[in-house]
Amino acid sequence: MIRRHFTGYGFVAPWIIGFILLTAGPMLYSLYLSLTRATLLSPPKWVGLNNYLHMVADDPLFYTSLWNTVYFVAFSVPLGLLVSLILALLLHQRLKGIGVFRTVFFLPSITNMVAVSVLWLWIFNPEFGLINTLLDAFGIRGPLWLQSESWAKPALIIMSLWGIGGTMIIFLAALQGVPQNLYEAAELDGAGKIRKFWHVTLPMISPAFVFNLIIGVIGSFQVFTQAFVMTGSAQPGSEGGPNNATLFYVLYLYKKAFQEFRMGYASALAWVLFVIILLCTVALMKMSKSRVYYEGMDQK
Amino acid sequence: MRTRRISFLARTTVQYLVLLILGTAFMVPVIWMLSSSLHDVQGVFALPFKWIPGIWHWENYYRVVTLLPFGRYFVNTLIITVPYMLFMVLSSSFAAYGFSRLRFPGRDKLFALCVATMMLPGQVTIIPLYIMYSKLGLVDTYWPLIIPAVFGSPFYIFLLRQFFLTIPRELDEAALIDGASHLRIYWSVILPQARPALATVLIFSFIGSWNDFFGPLIYINSPEKATLTLGLNLMKTQILGSGVVEWNTLMAASVLVLIPNVVLFFLAQKQFMRGINLGGIRG
Repeated sequence: MIRRHFTGYGFVAPWIIGFILLTAGPMLYSLYLSLTRATLLSPPKWVGLNNYLHMVADDPLFYTSLWNTVYFVAFSVPLGLLVSLILALLLHQRLKGIGVFRTVFFLPSITNMVAVSVLWLWIFNPEFGLINTLLDAFGIRGPLWLQSESWAKPALIIMSLWGIGGTMIIFLAALQGVPQNLYEAAELDGAGKIRKFWHVTLPMISPAFVFNLIIGVIGSFQVFTQAFVMTGSAQPGSEGGPNNATLFYVLYLYKKAFQEFRMGYASALAWVLFVIILLCTVALMKMSKSRVYYEGMDQK
Repeated sequence: MRTRRISFLARTTVQYLVLLILGTAFMVPVIWMLSSSLHDVQGVFALPFKWIPGIWHWENYYRVVTLLPFGRYFVNTLIITVPYMLFMVLSSSFAAYGFSRLRFPGRDKLFALCVATMMLPGQVTIIPLYIMYSKLGLVDTYWPLIIPAVFGSPFYIFLLRQFFLTIPRELDEAALIDGASHLRIYWSVILPQARPALATVLIFSFIGSWNDFFGPLIYINSPEKATLTLGLNLMKTQILGSGVVEWNTLMAASVLVLIPNVVLFFLAQKQFMRGINLGGIRG
């Protein structure tokens, strides 16, 4: 018996070692670093809660980056969920050639974020870009997009909608998993299309909805690559412009850690982000618990 | 009967129309990128934009390679991605075997911990990891980008465990009676049975490593060691910093970087869909 336990631990040992060396250990160390003044070369010097106090009391860029990120999350996640659900519902129809559309909607999501960012940098070009030349055709003068303080974030949100393929596929899989007999039963009860959607489809796909919501929130809080590639001038350090309108939280953290090498302060930023994401996740899970239908729940 | 037929036709037409409009909206950026990549420098600035260039400037694609060594970036990316995928599939399936086939105290708690770490934002570990790798002298090498795969990833462990649970236990019990060790059962019974799931993990981990930007950005400093994503970002900086912005060359470079992803997608559509179903989030 003991030998058998030993085998079990043996199989999961690589993961456990990795967890200790690459996750748990570094996490604790970064918590320690967040209480110190540390650069890459000098040994960390204990400063207690100073980093956190500085962040809250006199670092306006902390608030700017947090606000930018919350703005991005607040728009890109709900819009993304809505659009991907609509696409999934359309793809769920039995129509000829539907596979082509599925590919068209899904493909952008697995492509490379840097290449996609470079492409959209060109699309948002105020004079010659795709969007503004199209708007021009309708006599509308388009905004400066990434060069405008008020339009830079909306631009990145619009772009994020191009990458919702993964979310859509998860909705589609959920839709395909709804038992047909539920619809038949609803029809027998005289339910129309809209009622069937509200009372059968939505409850049955609610786990997928919650999953997509939580994954979306976690992912969007960490938005980085688009902002890094698409904003600022050619000089390193200028990312996040114009006037810090796209200075997202992780971009700010990156600058502190890997351009200024203020490892202690950056660790404090990382822990604050971690706590925010954790709280959001827990809150969303709690909120959804009473509203989500899981299969087998009513068989007690 | 006739009105029913007509309403069916009308509904189908509307559905196709909506799909076509949305499909076009999703495709137009790609066509615009391809078209831009085949114009000459001035051609992309023509108003109105000419969707089909007068002369197709295929030499833009050659110019990409003369500006920056993209062939080398391609090889560099392969050097990271191939071992990454192989280590990932081996180590993740190894742990998944333990979590799905063996009993030991604390197993379910460990598995819950494993799943919970999936949600962990990477920023909270990245700084200590960077310091650790720099103390080990591994910054500006590919090791920091490969080493994590050696220990497996919670997401793949989870996916593979789900799949292993669907493999009938009779198979390993028969092997056990024949005196096979667990290592042997893992290798000769479970892995061959799990080929479709292993393929899914290979493909997901390929995509993850191939598209990674943050990792190479912080760990790789030497320009000649750059990956494709870093190289493309270098090219963007270089081209945007020059007098006349060569959007055509930049678009050609983006197309080149995207080709492997698109090819892989068409080769492995099935594995993508399986991965999503294995996730077990369907209702």
